[in-house]
Amino acid sequence: MIEARQLTKTFRDKKRGEIHGALDVSFRVEPGTIYGLLGANGAGKTTTLRMLATLLRPTRGTAVVAGHDVAAEPDRVRARVGFLAASTALYARLTAREMIGYFGRLNGMTDAAIRARTGELAERLGMGEFLDRRCDQLSTGMKQKTSIARTIVHDPPVMIFDEPTLGLDVMTARTVVGFVRECRAAGKTVIYSTHVMSEVEKLCDVIGVIHGGRLLAEGSLSELRARHGLTDLEDIFVRLVEGAGGAAK
Amino acid sequence: MNWRNITTVYLKELKDSLRDRRTLISVIVVPTVVMPLMFLIFGKVTASSVAKAREDVPTVALIGGGDSPEVLRRFREAKGMRVVEAKSDWRDAIAAKTLRVAVDIPDRFAARLEAGEVPAVRIYHYQGELKSENGVRVVERFLAELREDTVARRLAAAGLPKVAARPFEFRRENVAPPEKVGGNLFGGLVPYLIILLCFTGAMYPAMDLTAGEKERGTMETLLCSPVPRVDLVLGKFLMVLTGSVSAMVFMLISTAASILIGGAALLGGGAGTRSAIVASGAIRPPELPAGPLPIIDPLGIVGVMAMVVPVAVLFAALAFTVSLFAKSQKEAQSYLGPMIVLVILPTSLGVLPGMELTAGTALVPLLNLSLVCKEMLSGVWNWSYIGMIFGSSCVYAGFALWLAVRMFGREEVMFRT
Repeated sequence: MIEARQLTKTFRDKKRGEIHGALDVSFRVEPGTIYGLLGANGAGKTTTLRMLATLLRPTRGTAVVAGHDVAAEPDRVRARVGFLAASTALYARLTAREMIGYFGRLNGMTDAAIRARTGELAERLGMGEFLDRRCDQLSTGMKQKTSIARTIVHDPPVMIFDEPTLGLDVMTARTVVGFVRECRAAGKTVIYSTHVMSEVEKLCDVIGVIHGGRLLAEGSLSELRARHGLTDLEDIFVRLVEGAGGAAK
Repeated sequence: MNWRNITTVYLKELKDSLRDRRTLISVIVVPTVVMPLMFLIFGKVTASSVAKAREDVPTVALIGGGDSPEVLRRFREAKGMRVVEAKSDWRDAIAAKTLRVAVDIPDRFAARLEAGEVPAVRIYHYQGELKSENGVRVVERFLAELREDTVARRLAAAGLPKVAARPFEFRRENVAPPEKVGGNLFGGLVPYLIILLCFTGAMYPAMDLTAGEKERGTMETLLCSPVPRVDLVLGKFLMVLTGSVSAMVFMLISTAASILIGGAALLGGGAGTRSAIVASGAIRPPELPAGPLPIIDPLGIVGVMAMVVPVAVLFAALAFTVSLFAKSQKEAQSYLGPMIVLVILPTSLGVLPGMELTAGTALVPLLNLSLVCKEMLSGVWNWSYIGMIFGSSCVYAGFALWLAVRMFGREEVMFRT
């Protein structure tokens, strides 16, 4: 489970002064559900997710992830989280197998457990033919599969996806989306950030619209439609953002 | 701090670096091949220049001397020089290197000599120009012979034996073993190269493992792991240190192997080395021991390596911290590049002749290391200075490492945009 309580992150910029990357963001994600964090570029999605993954420390507020506080027990939180983002790349000079093994060891797994898990993931994700190929020689789709395997090698109960389909072709994006669904089916707590409306409609059980660092609205797709009297998610999003005093990019 | 984590990170970085061509070039190829090759070429060129200068028959212009025909005749008959009449532009000719030396014979030179006066012959030359210096040497030898003949003639006229003007002989005998002489000759250069290579060896791995990872997006991937930051820093830092120490070790092994295999050829050949050293003015011929060439005390090398370890830690931690701040490898390079000057400057002062280890110089970082290593290679073990310099280097290294750990934990550094 994930529970964010008034998560706030303030950055200080020499020219612009204080900037709120996230401001009083609160939400709750139950196991076996996908929470979609929908927002334009710069809305605060990445900042929020980085705080949940303990890459950034909250300026104020906190979050509990899989029973551990992000500020007090960051190492324990990371051990229970799989974080996959467009910005999390692979080591070009390692093979896919070495990449998975490295993160398995970093997560405290034994060599025997890593071997077994690598075999299992390779079969599940269809990685057999390129498992021993260097990452810089892999296609985009192969890289994404390797990233997924790296993320779940330690079988974390919480999965955080930060725009994981950004820049991917249709087929590769489908692989990712399929994997996210599998995570939900496996009872994991999933949070998925994107600015692609169709992905949210297809995947998410609960949607949180974020803009200017603030969570503007939250609910299932049907709840949001009923609340705003609109059927198209894009229209709902634009209304929310404009209502908050900003234009959607 | 968990050693399993640190070892995991270190072994991964080691494997990764061994597959990186640029790291291999900076850590292995340059110290192993390029440095000895540079010396070989430098030594060969120096030896060849010295040999050419020695073979050169200097053109010597005589100014005056018309009233001393016997002196002129002896000049013209002297072997090893080509005597010409001085033209009005003899100074320009020396500068243009068409003339090596001009000799000004004073008026009534022979007559004044007979009268018991002490006339002065002036030798005009171009200082720093090897062939002109050789010309001076030839002319001085000729004038010394002329003076001895004059003395012998005067002694004979007075009915005195030749030994009357040379009542006793003296000569130098070297008691320093070859390694001490070697330490004095090369003691400044070896620490300089070791310190320089320690820094350049740390540079590329430091940039690759920090700014490079940020640029490629793998740093964020790594930070997602549950390993405490301090373990990540230490694992990566150990790899940078490996780069630094490896560069030093490869350079020493390669240089030692070159000397063993190629003998003194590394520095331009046995005779060439000797002549190069003599020609450089660093040492006069009698100071060079007969027989085998000067060598460096192996114990001194071990001492130097031990002294350099904390400095390698310091360099590795500094290069790591500075690179960590950069967003890209290019940016890191622009920070670390100028740092080479800061390393070279105090270190190169230690190479200067006459620069000694004193209470004052012992306080200057890097210069103190350069000087104490120079002493150790000469067989001088000043334990109070060694302890002080080693201790201070350890303190600096510890502080730099602490700084690296601190910087790694700072969001504004790790996620700088």
